[in-house]
Amino acid sequence: MPAAAATSSTIFGLSTEIIGIWVAALLTLAIYSFLYADNPVYKVAEHIFVGISAAYGAVILYYQALLPKLVKPLIIPLIDRVWHPELADATSPRYTLLVPMFLGLLIFSRFVPKYDWLSRWPIAFVMGLYAGLSIPRSVQEIILKQMHGTMLPLLPRGANGGYDFLTGFSNLLLVMGVICTLAYFYFSARHEGLLGRVSRVGVWFLMVAFGAGFGNTVMARISLLIGRVQFLLYDWLPTIGIHLGGPGMG
Amino acid sequence: MRLHIPIGLGFLAGAFMIVQFFVPHPSFEESYKALMDWTMIIGAFALVLGLQSLFRTHIDKIRRRRQGYGYSFVALISFAVMFMVGIVHGAKPGSLFDWLFMNVQVPLEATIFSLLAFFIASAAYRTFRARTPEATILLLTAVVVMLGRVPIGEFIYAQVPEATEWIMSVPTVAAKRGIMFGVALGVIATSLRILLGIERSHLGGGR
Amino acid sequence: MWEKLLFFDRRIIFVFIAIAVWVPFLTQLELPPGQTNPRTQALYDAIENLPPRTPVMVAFDYGPSGMPEVHPMAKALTRHILSRNLRLLGVALALTGPPMCQDAFSSVSQDLDKQEGVDWVNLGYKPQPVAVITQIGEDIRRAFPEDAQERAIDELPVMAGIHNYDDIGLVIDLATGNTPGAWIVYAHGPYKVKVAAGVTGVMATDYYPFLQTGQMIGMLNGLKGAAEYEELINHRDLGTLGMGSQSVAHLLIILFVTLGNVGYFAFTRRR
Repeated sequence: MPAAAATSSTIFGLSTEIIGIWVAALLTLAIYSFLYADNPVYKVAEHIFVGISAAYGAVILYYQALLPKLVKPLIIPLIDRVWHPELADATSPRYTLLVPMFLGLLIFSRFVPKYDWLSRWPIAFVMGLYAGLSIPRSVQEIILKQMHGTMLPLLPRGANGGYDFLTGFSNLLLVMGVICTLAYFYFSARHEGLLGRVSRVGVWFLMVAFGAGFGNTVMARISLLIGRVQFLLYDWLPTIGIHLGGPGMG
Repeated sequence: MRLHIPIGLGFLAGAFMIVQFFVPHPSFEESYKALMDWTMIIGAFALVLGLQSLFRTHIDKIRRRRQGYGYSFVALISFAVMFMVGIVHGAKPGSLFDWLFMNVQVPLEATIFSLLAFFIASAAYRTFRARTPEATILLLTAVVVMLGRVPIGEFIYAQVPEATEWIMSVPTVAAKRGIMFGVALGVIATSLRILLGIERSHLGGGR
Repeated sequence: MWEKLLFFDRRIIFVFIAIAVWVPFLTQLELPPGQTNPRTQALYDAIENLPPRTPVMVAFDYGPSGMPEVHPMAKALTRHILSRNLRLLGVALALTGPPMCQDAFSSVSQDLDKQEGVDWVNLGYKPQPVAVITQIGEDIRRAFPEDAQERAIDELPVMAGIHNYDDIGLVIDLATGNTPGAWIVYAHGPYKVKVAAGVTGVMATDYYPFLQTGQMIGMLNGLKGAAEYEELINHRDLGTLGMGSQSVAHLLIILFVTLGNVGYFAFTRRR
């Protein structure tokens, strides 16, 4: 898994790949020590994670977002123009980017209590933009398309031309399920009489969905553990000469 | 004034998006692309702002010598090391920065999340009870799905994967769709409130 | 006795889970993934039906936390796409996505003798998912002026003739968050590009409504989805190898739930 270590340099005669696997294995075991009880080794590992992941985010944001989208098209050409006017063929700065840069910098006005209200500008701009973008799309892509998907034939024809009662039953159940679930979430009237009974059925549908969700979640959580065990078995143990199968092996 | 300018700015941005949706005129195209670019740039600044809470929490802990403040040093030093490595050596694939990500962050993050496997098993044992008819439905569905999502389920009863797929495709879709309608209507209502300046919670308090 | 069964140190459960996951690996218990889910098959068929050199965009919207489930999918899909001689474009809407992309693409392309920049490219990360997805629909060069190695994308042969979703045959979102919804609403909706996903088990139920409407053409669900895909492309890897442990752990948890309930009802009846 640690592919970055593919650069096969060495430190003290050990390849960086092997060192990487050992670092990763020791950190893995440090985290698992928590299962016995909370302890300083776990705490150190946890705090390394907090620091490293925040710095990772900041660096990637700079290199992959700010550098290509703001620094290279605006700031570097601007500096060139001011300090190196002799570079006649230098690309011209994209001045329109001054607007998002200005709005982006306003976010940091939060740190100056007297001017913190200025940080509302970029937030309002982005929220307004997304609001305008999402209204028509949510209507079209979620409400209308999902409603359309619920308009199902209750007596569909099968491949052989006869009625397909099984699909018809599933379709009926789906239509009923949507109506009953919506009834459960309808809070403008008391859930009594017909509405009460319908919303009760809605709860059953919700329980099936939550049960399915739980079953899938169990699968997901176990897979996370399997991933770590596979790392220890297929990457770490081979470094001390223990081979227990693995990808590409019998 | 301090509230009216941002509300006006939000309204203009949102109104442009709605007009652009209904009248996708070529003359709007360049402005539309520019606005998307601007959003990405502002978004990058906003994410940088997220770092402040990390610094505030840990510096505060160290300054007040609160219990376990030594670990806050660990967090800040880790940050400084990773940040400097990234800025000095670059962050391209194969770099030292990349090595640290793959061999420190990946195992730590993946292992922390994998602890959930143990906790979900413990929770399933202690709290997953068929106390009511509703809870029984939930429990039975979960068991069928758990069997249907592993190869061994098929050995126990050949139709389990099909039953699981039916549960996922019919009753689950019905319930999820009901929830989805509610969420989508909520998003639309909130978006309209933001555009019209009725919803102001994202702008904080004040005048 | 029932009391003992109900209230014991939870670390005993932890030990059982660890055994359930480790033992199948140590005994090399191999279980084939079994029946292929129709959603997995649909994604496989969609890739099979693309003409050679069609660009496929894979979004790496996950990180280390979702790696055990989603990364095997990424590798299997990469193998299938590259071996079908399609062009492969990786993008990331999650900060931790670019190294995932690099790892999946470079490790598989070494096996298949495919070249970075010619057959595949890692375009890296950009913030604000909805803005990025929309911008790709307008002009991919505007969204991603450079790849993750800071090379101008106009210089890369793999990008020749690709301007927006009109030139892309399929978008596959590999995700641990809610980005598949954004790809459906903001890419498939306005630009009609085909969208599929590979998601963690936790999220799978959320996307079945979109599969039913055809807004999403296929989906891989969790490690089992990855194992099924490995079986389809005839290359067994970490997904398939995990199925033995996955099976035993599920049986154990079902046993826990049963015992927990038996203990609970026996205990409350006695009281």
